Amino acid sequence: MEQLLNYIGANMEMVYFLILAILLGVEVISNVPAILHTPLMSGANAIHGVVVVGAIIVMLQASPENYLALTVGFLAVVVGMLNVIGGFVVTDRMLEMFKKKPKKS
Amino acid sequence: MINLNILEISYLIASLTFIIGLKMLSHPDTARKGNLWAAAGMGLAILTTLTLYQDFDSAKGLNYVLIFVGLLVGTVIGTIMAKKVQMTAMPQMVSFFNGMGGACAALIAIIEFQHHQHSQITGFDGELLVMLLGLLIGSVSFSGSMIAYGKLEGKIKDKVLPMNQVINMVLLAAIIGLIGYQMFAGSDPVLFFILLGIALVYGVLFVMPIGGADMPVVISLLNSFTGMAAAFGGFLYDNKAMLTGGILVGSAGTILTILMCKAMNRSLTNVLLGAFGAGAAGSAKKGDSDQTVREISISDTAVLLAYSQNVVIVPGYGLAVAQAQHICHELEKLLEEKGVEVSYAIHPVAGRMPGHMNVLLAEADVPYERLQEMEEINPKLASTDVVVVIGANDVVNPAAKNDPASPIFGMPILEVDQAKNVIIMKRGMSSGYAGIENELFFFPKTRMLFGDAKASLQKLAAEVKEV
Repeated sequence: MEQLLNYIGANMEMVYFLILAILLGVEVISNVPAILHTPLMSGANAIHGVVVVGAIIVMLQASPENYLALTVGFLAVVVGMLNVIGGFVVTDRMLEMFKKKPKKS
Repeated sequence: MINLNILEISYLIASLTFIIGLKMLSHPDTARKGNLWAAAGMGLAILTTLTLYQDFDSAKGLNYVLIFVGLLVGTVIGTIMAKKVQMTAMPQMVSFFNGMGGACAALIAIIEFQHHQHSQITGFDGELLVMLLGLLIGSVSFSGSMIAYGKLEGKIKDKVLPMNQVINMVLLAAIIGLIGYQMFAGSDPVLFFILLGIALVYGVLFVMPIGGADMPVVISLLNSFTGMAAAFGGFLYDNKAMLTGGILVGSAGTILTILMCKAMNRSLTNVLLGAFGAGAAGSAKKGDSDQTVREISISDTAVLLAYSQNVVIVPGYGLAVAQAQHICHELEKLLEEKGVEVSYAIHPVAGRMPGHMNVLLAEADVPYERLQEMEEINPKLASTDVVVVIGANDVVNPAAKNDPASPIFGMPILEVDQAKNVIIMKRGMSSGYAGIENELFFFPKTRMLFGDAKASLQKLAAEVKEV
């Protein structure tokens, strides 16, 4: 228990960061109209694709002889990038349709 | 050192674009720009990581080649998939990309675990906990999203294992045990991979019994899971962009999930534990099936519509499946020319996801102002001449208001039974996703127009032209 408390104490900055970011996430989204739920979900989906940055870091840290790490890391980069690109493009396609069209009359 | 500072500042900018992007995404006018801002921030974070990240050894040509090839492959496949997908298939596409993010987080945890094996940490090992949780949540999100994708694609049928909930509880206990044991006794490669296996199986069994109507909630939930998994990766590297992005999506996704549940008036536990449409459905309103419904012909419908003051169209998933949104808009324009006031009533969960129907109608150029949300339209329905329900069922089922035994009791519905006439366009007498009968079909003012939504609408539009 003491160890756990020490760990939290040593990472207090991170704990603040975590709590504030959670509250921010709740705040940012709480007034969204139902019609935007799907694009919003899709946009959020693209944003968590930021995990690909972690995959790149893994690859940069891996030793060039460690083929297992390189293979797994390569896969991680591919799927992470799929998440980012696919997510943003799909969201953009959805939102493209919301733009107001000039009226004919 | 300068490089490192620039890297940190670029992560700060990326984090800001994520926050601003999400904020802008929650308003119709700014949504598209918001998405682009977030994408730009993402691009910046990826680019600066590639160029400025301090690696400890040099001469890593192969690593860079693999990263670039990986980014390229992901970009090409992602773009093609996202560009080709039909608007009706959007929910499963989101689910698929979400699964990819989860897989990425799990793979990172696997590699980091190998590194971690060589370090000796005494005391509380926060890094190990973060790794185990990243692995767990990433893999549950991956396998769960893949099942959700398969179910919405129609490739996987709803299937409930005997004692599914019991098995899930056992798996969950095993997961907690495996993590707890390693936190006390130190990391163990064998247990680590057993945890991976169980997490994957858990993801499958977690989504498997959940019915089609609840799938959006599950996708949204898995979306926030992947956010958390990305945040755990951020902890591992003390990477602020991953942390902000991950936590934001984690919390925003959770709120979005709760908002969706509220729209269906169901609690999250109810969605996750009560296999909707499988068990509970049998109880409600079976005895009435000897009632008869009254059909209406295309030409009668055309006359009825053309001589109404106002018409409300209730589009449902059946409209989307039949790809009938364009012809529906044609009909609406024809009626407008004849002086009929036409609006669309959009139930919060119409289609397969909240907001899905708006996207589909926007695709067919239906003006944004014509779309009315449930709270707006319900008070106006009593003075509406004709309501045309196209391929929707549960969202107009009066049992949600007056039959406490019904599994959808309490769900807010479009009160179309208040209108003067109701026309239901439907392929047959099958029930909706919730698998329950709809007494609305048997009401005296209800007329049924059987047939494929697109074909019927085409004929109807032709008839309206003649009137």
